[in-house]
Amino acid sequence: MVNKENFKKYVLELYEKNNRPDGRGLLDYREPIIIETGVSKNAEGSALVTIGKTKVICGVKLEVGEPYPDSPDEGTMIVTGEFTAMSSPEFEPGRPGEKAVELARIVDRGIRESGAIDVKKLCIKEGEKVWTVFIDVFVQNHDGNLIDASALSAIAALLDARFPKIEEDGRINYNEHTEKLPINKKPISCTVIKTGDYLITDPNFDEEDVSDARVTVITDEDGIINGMQKGGTAGVTKDEIYKCIEIGLEKAKELRKHL
Amino acid sequence: MTKRPDNRKPDEIRPMEAEVGVIEQADGSAMFKVGDTIAMAGVYGPTNVLPRHMEDPEKAIIRSYYDLYPFSVPERKRPGPNRRSVELSMVIKNSVLPSIFLKEYPKTQIELYTNIIQANAGTRCAAISAASLALADAGIAMKDMVSSVAVGHYKDQVVVDINKEEEDIEGATDIPIAYMPRMKKITLLQLDGKLPNKKMKEVIELGIKSCEKVYEVQKNALKKKYQNMGE
Repeated sequence: MVNKENFKKYVLELYEKNNRPDGRGLLDYREPIIIETGVSKNAEGSALVTIGKTKVICGVKLEVGEPYPDSPDEGTMIVTGEFTAMSSPEFEPGRPGEKAVELARIVDRGIRESGAIDVKKLCIKEGEKVWTVFIDVFVQNHDGNLIDASALSAIAALLDARFPKIEEDGRINYNEHTEKLPINKKPISCTVIKTGDYLITDPNFDEEDVSDARVTVITDEDGIINGMQKGGTAGVTKDEIYKCIEIGLEKAKELRKHL
Repeated sequence: MTKRPDNRKPDEIRPMEAEVGVIEQADGSAMFKVGDTIAMAGVYGPTNVLPRHMEDPEKAIIRSYYDLYPFSVPERKRPGPNRRSVELSMVIKNSVLPSIFLKEYPKTQIELYTNIIQANAGTRCAAISAASLALADAGIAMKDMVSSVAVGHYKDQVVVDINKEEEDIEGATDIPIAYMPRMKKITLLQLDGKLPNKKMKEVIELGIKSCEKVYEVQKNALKKKYQNMGE
């Protein structure tokens, strides 16, 4: 077990020299970033995202449900996130804890607020039947930066997804799929952590563990911010927030190329 | 003889793949794939037992959690445990338990997680084969490997490793079996359906023969990791 205080001192010394434990620059993401789609055949769409040693799998399932009364012609979506106990010694089995729920809600916000899914095209019969899109994110191996990896897996799985066939009797045939889900936007999450006075992207588990604060910025391809979340226990200055947004926009462009 | 839907011979297991060390954070891990069923297993431990009153002064305890990912099945499964997963967690634990030298690790626990990322019948068997590999990968002292496969019975014939399509045939019976190939001991036997008593011998013989094939795939996966380490 690495002593946390000593490790923090060590990383701060490295950060000062624009270096990191694994030799990266402060704002570099790990390599390789791999997105594999179609990794789970029974899902309407799926993706396994690997960033360094962090691995997250997302599966999209569709069901027919009722629309909300205030949006009778729109499909619905729900994101769940699970920090599987398999993926890290830190995680316990059982219902998702507050961190897993926070992660799911951040991913949800990015997709919902960017209008990534054209929800009007998920309407089957106004006021009665619409598609519900279930986006389930499961962490496979936790080596830091789960928010960015999860958001990336969610949009990649959505881009991979196809509608199941509705038979004439109204039954859903999950063995046959028709056209692709209508995806309009590709929201990308970039999380910046603050350790001491340094801003870092894509921390691994140990770097994340000694960080003071965290700012997630989700942006679409038009440069619109669709979601933000300040995390961690330390405060950040307004200039640091502006800097995080700048970094977020820049990094989102790079990450979007992998889709 | 009725043809199998995917034209396999009665004693033919679907194509298998196995790999260890797939989850870097875990002390031991494995992926086991048979046909379209993919199981992942992660092992943590031996570690301190929490809560403490659960600890056994004589030997390690095993905690097992099996789950299907919601998107692994055609009709989405609600996240979280249900009666099925609670039972399967236990039978998976009991299947691998006899292979472990538990007394080597008194007052500790070994956590065993098995997750199905894609399901097409035989998920508990794939989970057991993955679990045993993950335990070996974690360096837990073991007297044997545990290899598992299900034998099926439908239309009066005994076949190995039935897939979802065969499972859904009217009157199909599923008999999951786990086996320690060196000790020659059966560690899991379940039966769901109907089977004439006179067929049981054929089922067991085919199950054992097939588990030995699974064993070869498991051994190769372990060897491969250590061969790659040498490079």
